[in-house]
Amino acid sequence: MVTATATSVRELVASVPDPEIPVVTIEDLGILRDVRVGADGAIEVDITPTYSGCPAMDAIRADVERRLADAGYDRARVRLVLAPAWTTDWIRDEGRRKLAEFGIAPPSGTAPHRGGPVPLTLSVRCPRCGSPDTRELSRFGSTACKALWRCNQCREPFDRFKAL
Amino acid sequence: MNDVALDTRVGDYALRLGDDALILAQRTGEWIAAAPELEEDLALGNLALDLLGQARTLLTYAGRADGSGRSEDDLAYFRDERDFRNCQLVELPNGDFAVTMARLFVFAAYQYELYSRLVDSADETLAAIAAKALKEVAYHRDHAGAWVRRLGDGTDESHRRMQAGLDTVWPYVDELFESDDLTRALAAVEIAVDPAELADPTLSHVRAVLHDATLDEPEPTNRHTGGRRGIHSEQMGYLLAELQHLARSHPGAQW
Repeated sequence: MVTATATSVRELVASVPDPEIPVVTIEDLGILRDVRVGADGAIEVDITPTYSGCPAMDAIRADVERRLADAGYDRARVRLVLAPAWTTDWIRDEGRRKLAEFGIAPPSGTAPHRGGPVPLTLSVRCPRCGSPDTRELSRFGSTACKALWRCNQCREPFDRFKAL
Repeated sequence: MNDVALDTRVGDYALRLGDDALILAQRTGEWIAAAPELEEDLALGNLALDLLGQARTLLTYAGRADGSGRSEDDLAYFRDERDFRNCQLVELPNGDFAVTMARLFVFAAYQYELYSRLVDSADETLAAIAAKALKEVAYHRDHAGAWVRRLGDGTDESHRRMQAGLDTVWPYVDELFESDDLTRALAAVEIAVDPAELADPTLSHVRAVLHDATLDEPEPTNRHTGGRRGIHSEQMGYLLAELQHLARSHPGAQW
């Protein structure tokens, strides 16, 4: 048994990689919402799904539990929380940079908010050559959170994180 | 209503919404590896996954709220046809691509209006599920709407088939907007959205797209209804057989 603080536990689980896009962590993506340590030392970790049907959530939950167990925390619970709903605005700058390096165009502009102003759509830059001359091939891509795009300059197809 | 009666009703309401999502996920999933092009195959698979995700949270909540302790799997795999509370629209056979898109478009338009109101539900769990699902169904509505426009305002043949697809699903649309004792009671305490309130906004969006697509709104004909009371079309049994046979053949199996 190890004595836990919320900060130390958060540091530990923050580096758990996303199972689909292992270059980014669950913290980079804004999937890790909260870490609490009770007076009795019991740990609660809150994660939130990007999409309702995201099949990676079970893997993420298992990875977080394993990470904590390996570090000696034997009383940990991972909770799936829906509210507030995940938005791409929660992807951190560091996460956006790593996504682009990996070949996935990060979401540009801000997510549409109910009752808010019409969202600004910025041009999507090709993550390979940087050209803004790109087009959407399909509104759906290899996973629920991505769409399929193509660069008109270098002709390469690429994934783009949907702005949500 | 006392608290127990209220919780049971919330469970029943979540079951209706969850069954709608589950059955449409199953139908939409039937297109996987059979869609007209690769991109659309991915799109339909993703759409089905969103709906399945919504179904899982809604059914999980239904089993908890009604006090029965039934899990999402208990509810999806071990109920018989008469216990399903989905509307008949979602169980309609896929038909050709135009029928599938007509069904998805109308249903997503309805879900969009439903969830954009349910986010203000006095029930925190339903409000949270709605906020999550709203973003997804907005995307579904756009996607299906784009196909309705493209096929309707396309060639003579695509127009003919899109109109036929719309004609096929239209008799099932009114059921979406039927209120009953359950929805009225829950709407009165601001937990549910009264389905009748959704007819105008849903149909006004649908009509605008039909206009762009040069399609005619079908004339009201015989209306099919009864899904919320467990009355389903002949096709539902076949759908459930496929959905449930594995879990029932190997009870308790994990995969």
